[in-house]
Amino acid sequence: MKMNHLPLIIKREYLNKVRNRSFVVMTFLSPIIMIALVAVVAYLSQINNDKKRSITILDETGVIAEAFENTENTTYTILSDTGYETAKELVKAKEDFGLLYIKKASDTINLVESVNFYSDESPSVSIISNLERRIEKRLSDIKLQNDGVDIEQIRASKTTINIGQETFEGEKTSKIDSYLKLAFGGAAGYLLFMFIIIYGNMIMRSVIEEKTSRIIEVIISSVKPIQLMMGKIIGTSLAGITQFLIWIILGGVLLFMVSAIFGIDLMQIQSPQQQMINQAMASSDAQNIAQDLIAGFVNLPILNLCVAFLFFFIGGYLLYSSFYAAIGAAVDNETDTQQFMMPIIMPLVLAVYVGVFTVIEDPHGTVSTIFSFIPLTSPVVMLMRIPFGVPIWEQLLSFAILVFTFVFTVWFAAKIYRVGILMYGKKPTYKELFKWLKY
Amino acid sequence: MNNLLVANSVSKSFGNFKALNEVSIAVPKGSIFGLLGPNGAGKTTLIRIINQITMPDSGQVLLDGQPLKPMNIRDIGYLPEERGLYKSMKVGEQVLYLAQLKGLSKQVARERLKYWFDKLDIGDWWNKKIQELSKGQAQKIQFIVTVIHTPKLLIFDEPFSGFDPINASLIKDEILQLRDEGATVIFSTHRMESVEEMCDHIALIHKSNKVLDGKLTDVKRQFKTNTFEVGMQSSNPEEVTRIIKEKFEVFPATFKNLNDDIKLNIKLPDETSSNDLLSFLTSKAEIHHFVEVIPSANDIFIQTVKNN
Repeated sequence: MKMNHLPLIIKREYLNKVRNRSFVVMTFLSPIIMIALVAVVAYLSQINNDKKRSITILDETGVIAEAFENTENTTYTILSDTGYETAKELVKAKEDFGLLYIKKASDTINLVESVNFYSDESPSVSIISNLERRIEKRLSDIKLQNDGVDIEQIRASKTTINIGQETFEGEKTSKIDSYLKLAFGGAAGYLLFMFIIIYGNMIMRSVIEEKTSRIIEVIISSVKPIQLMMGKIIGTSLAGITQFLIWIILGGVLLFMVSAIFGIDLMQIQSPQQQMINQAMASSDAQNIAQDLIAGFVNLPILNLCVAFLFFFIGGYLLYSSFYAAIGAAVDNETDTQQFMMPIIMPLVLAVYVGVFTVIEDPHGTVSTIFSFIPLTSPVVMLMRIPFGVPIWEQLLSFAILVFTFVFTVWFAAKIYRVGILMYGKKPTYKELFKWLKY
Repeated sequence: MNNLLVANSVSKSFGNFKALNEVSIAVPKGSIFGLLGPNGAGKTTLIRIINQITMPDSGQVLLDGQPLKPMNIRDIGYLPEERGLYKSMKVGEQVLYLAQLKGLSKQVARERLKYWFDKLDIGDWWNKKIQELSKGQAQKIQFIVTVIHTPKLLIFDEPFSGFDPINASLIKDEILQLRDEGATVIFSTHRMESVEEMCDHIALIHKSNKVLDGKLTDVKRQFKTNTFEVGMQSSNPEEVTRIIKEKFEVFPATFKNLNDDIKLNIKLPDETSSNDLLSFLTSKAEIHHFVEVIPSANDIFIQTVKNN
């Protein structure tokens, strides 16, 4: 007779999750909702960009106005020889966006107090700063001219520099490289974080469900609690991976379809990182960008990244999910879980913060290094560090610590699980949990 | 080997609380063994130890003369007092799963399940979810889950709760039939009339200690007080009662009968036999009713628990 029920339990947990109606709905609806949101945002921002504005300028000094040249979205009408009141009437009649009024001052160069913008609705910061920038530039040009400086010469002297990066081993890197590394590391760390939160909770709920439906005693008279716990964790994880894969595939297909149908260039929606990349790209030759990107990919420690991702992802996920299982076993219903959730969420959030703020600054600094060894934060932080090149021995050591901790937590969680699943009625305290370890 | 299950001085503590203190029981093969005790006495802990859900701190449990091993789970069927099934899982799938966990192959489990579904006449439940069934219907499924792997030892904790009288007697007959087919049954309940009706042996656990055990008839013999319930007719009942009271210890008796004037419980001293009493009484009155007072399981339970 076979005593190893693990495959059977995994199968049941998996099927039970996958067939669950809300799971199915979530799996297929989430990407649709996400894509719809993205499409709407893209569409709206496009509309916003397309909005044409006309601004009327009344320049009493007569020297500033030439700084305003019409652009794609903004048309400037320059008035002269009119009073402020007339100009105002005119702007209102034309339904212009607003009136920029530059008063004549005794000293043209020090206009500071005498420029005003009038409009029906208050203008956005970007409009105002755009106007300010133009006036400032014009004024400084005038000043320079007054001091007898040739502006053309200054323009000609402007240069851009792009520092080539190379390690002592001769590996070429570039800024694009760094952004790529950031993106990969960040995505890996964040994926793990999301995965733990979503599916850890799912495990916890399924343990609580077994407790509240009181089937636990029947099951536990047939299988060892640790088998049930591991079966639950693995089965739920497989369901989670299934869901993630469907999300990725479905999301990709939908994204493609939406951009094809609506002709919306989704790349236009820019996250701050993308803007950084774009800036980096802008400063290098367009031709080189593609080359750099490819080189960046090649330079990434792809194999190392994949292997490490696999191991740290599994290790980190199992570590946290055993905590979730233990919490589920310790309480009777979901509302009682709050007090035990804090100690789990804290290190996770900390790991993501350390990853986002410290690893980007200094991937091999003291803080990043330390946190990539502490087992509760190491999976996330290490995954973020690895694209920047972490010595293999450090990875192995960190993983060894993780595995060691994992074995310990599973033992610990199994103890609490074993006692907890048969305890009903009262909400346990930490002290009681500690006592359970000795039963 | 007459005992299927033997527990030898089993103890178990939870923190400072001693749930079981050196409890020993012996369950004869083919018997129905009543495990009795007030709430919180330690019955469930003992049952969980037999099921290897919890491990004893000290002591040993033998099944067929061998210490319990993990593979023995297939020899035991357990119906816990707190019933439970996966609510959103279909009946057929669920029983198959639980049967496989007990070590049956899928094919065998399927055949057995069909057999039980036909027997209890619930074949059309296969694709229903547990949450669509009534409590009594779910109980039937739970019963099948308990017995499907034909275990040697069946443990029922309050098996009749939640059943209507018809289904309760159906389940009772099934239990008796399983016993006749060779299974041994441990039966934990607070319903003394079922104990009276079904159990051959009992053990009573009170405050973590076993305070009483043995064959039910032996226990009753041990508890009987040599008291007889008598109903008589006489032309002068007061006089007769007075004479009897002079000679014996007498308590009032209540039982239903046709026009008996004198109804008494008469307790005899140890050396006096029932025949002595009869011959004493025949000269005084006309005897219509004469029966030995045998303590009921209920009396024994209450008396034992109160005295401890």
